[in-house]
Amino acid sequence: MNNNLQKQLLKRSKAAKLERLGKTVSFLALMLITLTVFAIIIFVASKGLSTFFTNHVNLMDFLTGKNWNPSVTNSKGQPEVGALPMISGSFVVTILSALLATPFAIGTAIFMNEISPHRGAKLLQPVIELLVGIPSVVYGFIGLTVVVPAVRSVFGGSGFGILAGTFVLFVMILPTVTSMSVDALRSVPRYYREAALALGATQWQTIYKVVLRAATPGMLTAIVFGMARAFGEALAVQMVIGNAALMPTSLVSPASTLTSVLTTGIGNTVMGSLQNNALWSLALVLLVMSLIFNLVIRMIGRKGAMSK
Amino acid sequence: MNPKLSNRVAITVLYVIASTIVVILAALLGYIIISGLPALSWHFLTSPARAFTSGGGIGIQLFNSFYLLILTMLISFPIALGAGIYLNEYAKQNWVTSLVRTSIEILSSLPSVVVGLFGFLIFVVQFGFGFSILSGAFALTFFNLPLLTRSIEEALAAVPDEQREGGLALGLSKWETVLHVIVPAALPTILTGVILSAGRIFGEAAALIFTAGQSAPALNFTDWNPFNISSPLNPMRPAETLAVHIWKINSEGIMPDAKAISSGASAVLVISVLGFNLLARFVGHRLFKRLTAG
Repeated sequence: MNNNLQKQLLKRSKAAKLERLGKTVSFLALMLITLTVFAIIIFVASKGLSTFFTNHVNLMDFLTGKNWNPSVTNSKGQPEVGALPMISGSFVVTILSALLATPFAIGTAIFMNEISPHRGAKLLQPVIELLVGIPSVVYGFIGLTVVVPAVRSVFGGSGFGILAGTFVLFVMILPTVTSMSVDALRSVPRYYREAALALGATQWQTIYKVVLRAATPGMLTAIVFGMARAFGEALAVQMVIGNAALMPTSLVSPASTLTSVLTTGIGNTVMGSLQNNALWSLALVLLVMSLIFNLVIRMIGRKGAMSK
Repeated sequence: MNPKLSNRVAITVLYVIASTIVVILAALLGYIIISGLPALSWHFLTSPARAFTSGGGIGIQLFNSFYLLILTMLISFPIALGAGIYLNEYAKQNWVTSLVRTSIEILSSLPSVVVGLFGFLIFVVQFGFGFSILSGAFALTFFNLPLLTRSIEEALAAVPDEQREGGLALGLSKWETVLHVIVPAALPTILTGVILSAGRIFGEAAALIFTAGQSAPALNFTDWNPFNISSPLNPMRPAETLAVHIWKINSEGIMPDAKAISSGASAVLVISVLGFNLLARFVGHRLFKRLTAG
């Protein structure tokens, strides 16, 4: 009897067992996500690096070569896997679309937060949410049927190219940058504005000299975030850029990006062949760039936090 | 320019910028709906696509999109819920937690092509699933997990601590408190997050091209045995979704009415995503009212 009671008291209760089980299961779910991230990095890296280790392509030739034609070998007996056309294509569309989107995004964010909060909440907030929701293939399709012909008739050429890609990406990253800029503006304390207005500053002086300065780190984060999105966007860009793996010479001549070559190429090559490995190397470049964007966002965040 | 004048100029410019954005959206939506509506019909929504002749529909693609969405949610919701609960209720402030948070951030910012390629490498090639709905659902799970986890975590964090204290004071264990008090309280927000992420999954294509495949074999809609190859429920069959279909016919479609089909399909896609957004708002409000008796 006594022994039984002791046993009962020393045994883990049902609730305690359940507690343990629940904690373990939810921890495993979390670990699964973390492991996936590591798996993605390791697998993509191992496939992407085999171009250099198995096929012995020189890394510098890969990063700076201007000819992309993996099934052909050049005069030195090396396959032609110069990825510079795609890398520069990706960077050019990313930077141009960010340059175009930034004034619009920040302007809208200021409007929503400082000028007309009521209209911002009632009209612009839903507009931005809808713009985020439109799928990227739909942007690509509109790019193909509206933007490309428009570019063709205004600027000449075939219409396919970096300019069309820039316009499509501009609309795609606009909502992301805008809503993050709104968050940045919102985190500026109200008394900053009150102090400036009390000193006799006009509304614009308050915005320009006080609010924007205080929100700069957040704004930069928003822009880098938009750039990361533009850099990784695949289908919409692929549909309007023309898909010619050539060095971009003008804004209206067909070009290509890392993502566009990947989407069109990976299905047409055999696993393990050099042509396929070279594509995986492009995927690795995308992955590394995505990690770098992440790092930049962290650095901005840390710097912004310090200056406060 | 004196400050008053520059103030007025700047504010006018801001008005112009904000209205430009509204005009852009109105033009986009108007274009999609107006060019797509004439193509929409019951026949278009239900009949299978045709490769070489006009008059094809998007029936199979539409079904595939919904089936893939449901399968993805079935896989990713439990994982995201578990991860969200751990992050918000159990995780301590240490290097493990910050590593986990960093990796979730990385996963959410990875280009969807890269996620798709990883899915291709693992599920299609290594595990031998081939181009199948299952491979596609796993790829979309990776794509969906970080955002869903974050939204669940935020929903749980918004539940006031008094609720937790109340549960613990009643003698419930922490896990029971989470399960019976916190999660129900956060349910409206969680559901809103789920529906919004459903909209994102519905329109995703880049992660699916090399996982769920680019072909939509004919289905026999009278056969609901998941083990038959022509059954709509078979998770091992290749399944081109609506979003992939739009991409596919625009890059290599040869049917004469490719443009009409893609406008129709785009309209369906956008209307569905709009529907998801509205549903998210509605469900959030409604459920909140119900649960709080407010």
